[in-house]
Amino acid sequence: MANWSISKLVARSAVGTPATRRYPFTRREPFAATRGHVRFAEDTCVFCNLCAKVCPTDAIVVNRKEKRWMIDRRKCILCGACTESCRKACLFLENAPAPPMTAAEWERIRIETE
Amino acid sequence: MTAAQSIEPVDPSSLPNRAAAMRADGWRLMQICCTTVGPNFEILYSFANQLALKNLRATLPREGARLPSITGSYLCAFLYENEIHDLFGVAFDGLAIDFGGSLLKTRVKNPFAANATPA
Amino acid sequence: MSAPTQTKPRTIVPFGPQHPVLPEPIHLDLVLEDEKVVDAIPTIGFVHRGLEKLCEKHDFHKMTQVAERVCGICSFMHGMGYCQAIETVMGIEVPARALFLRTFWAELSRVHSHLLWLGLIADAFGFESLFMHSWRVREKILDIIEETSGGRVIFGSCKIGGIRRDVADDILRRIRRELDPIETEFRDIASVFDQDPTAKRRLRGLGALSREDAHALGAVGPTARGSGIDFDARKLGYAAYPQLEFEPVVETAGDCQARCSVRIREIHQSFDLLRQAIDKMPAGAIEVPVKGNPNGEYMSRLEQPRGEVGYYVKGDGKKNLGRFRVRTPTFANIPALIHMLKGCEFADVPVIVLTIDPCISCAER
Repeated sequence: MANWSISKLVARSAVGTPATRRYPFTRREPFAATRGHVRFAEDTCVFCNLCAKVCPTDAIVVNRKEKRWMIDRRKCILCGACTESCRKACLFLENAPAPPMTAAEWERIRIETE
Repeated sequence: MTAAQSIEPVDPSSLPNRAAAMRADGWRLMQICCTTVGPNFEILYSFANQLALKNLRATLPREGARLPSITGSYLCAFLYENEIHDLFGVAFDGLAIDFGGSLLKTRVKNPFAANATPA
Repeated sequence: MSAPTQTKPRTIVPFGPQHPVLPEPIHLDLVLEDEKVVDAIPTIGFVHRGLEKLCEKHDFHKMTQVAERVCGICSFMHGMGYCQAIETVMGIEVPARALFLRTFWAELSRVHSHLLWLGLIADAFGFESLFMHSWRVREKILDIIEETSGGRVIFGSCKIGGIRRDVADDILRRIRRELDPIETEFRDIASVFDQDPTAKRRLRGLGALSREDAHALGAVGPTARGSGIDFDARKLGYAAYPQLEFEPVVETAGDCQARCSVRIREIHQSFDLLRQAIDKMPAGAIEVPVKGNPNGEYMSRLEQPRGEVGYYVKGDGKKNLGRFRVRTPTFANIPALIHMLKGCEFADVPVIVLTIDPCISCAER
């Protein structure tokens, strides 16, 4: 019997369905808790600079004068420190990852004032 | 939480003897750590015996820092001592396995000594 | 025959840092007599990153993220060990729920790390389908990790004073039910390691390390416990471990098979601890506010999948720490590894190197 301890696994693999997914055709949905990317909702932001201060990788730069909020997605490690620190609840961690980047650039969000 | 930790200052020259005594008492060398404190280096020797932890601390000036090696009692100390030699520039006398400064390949010599300039 | 050994020609074979069976950048100069290894000289330092020095640049809250990136496998426990050291220095009382969730994640990462290792060792002795089966089960553990913490590799959930995010009780209860089928699946894989004649032939009697040598060379974790040292740093009573029931897993043979079965039994033990942690999970807050800066020093010890790890922090009342030092288990196990290699066959070197579960990136912070 001892010599055949692998046979159970082999039999299951032979008759069972594959453990892998046929990726691009079937994709796994991200979990509710998955950290995909940081989303910025600009309408409530007061540019207090708190998120930039707590960011461990200095991925966020806030310019109060120009009302500009910038993030470098290459630096962001999705730790969630900024979303926790935000007093105005305008930063969120979304489940889906950010789209692939084609150039090394900062994502700038500027609020137009009339 | 965990048990209280004692740190006992020791004379650097008495280290090999102290290490031999610890070894005879059944302590295991847990780690050796070097810290730059002002003009001095503090070398912390931690010994563990089951759940107990005992620390010995040798303080020596940074200029021309030299210490006797404890590899005579604890052979496994050679890695820690070579690491401290490479990162801080502390010389060890009587190292059982001496890498001569080639254990870690660093761009700057002794990068952890406070006067090192980062690359 | 008492011919002096010097008469035999000696060959030095460089092994690593890049080698098909060795995923880690360690270099060994193997001194061979015919096919027998008589000595091994280790060289590390190919990937030294100097993370410890970063504590002078970042404030102590941000160092949590750096500590977590010391290793990609036991990332959570690195963050946890660092937080624990700072919390002790600052006298922070962490809420019970945070401690239990930390324990929960720590045990999950132990299961996934040991399953990863079982796969690697199967691959090292040429049992590739077993490698895939181990990693298939590991994937389910990774899914639980991602579902609860939000990350597969870097959990990012530990912070000074508690944890970043809570896990809902209904999710925990569902995970508790899911653990049983995963453990059943794992039992099938474990029986192959325990019983299969090919696995036994490659592991039994190989790389023997006596209890005395393991102690003298400062071995830790499964390497030491495989040689009969009943030391498990979880018994120190950090996090929620004082409230959970377990006994250190000890094997006495001291060979590769013993280290392998220590890890297999530890996976079962971790499943048990996971169930206990979920059952006893208290309600309440998950973090406390942290004020001030650390002033003092502390050496925090905890048990990682690879063994005991030590975090030394020294703060002097400033935002930046004076010194942050990690003594990783692999670093402590290298002298024991060198001892095991002496006298083995050349072809067995990869298997023996893998049985200490080397994580060289850990060893070179």
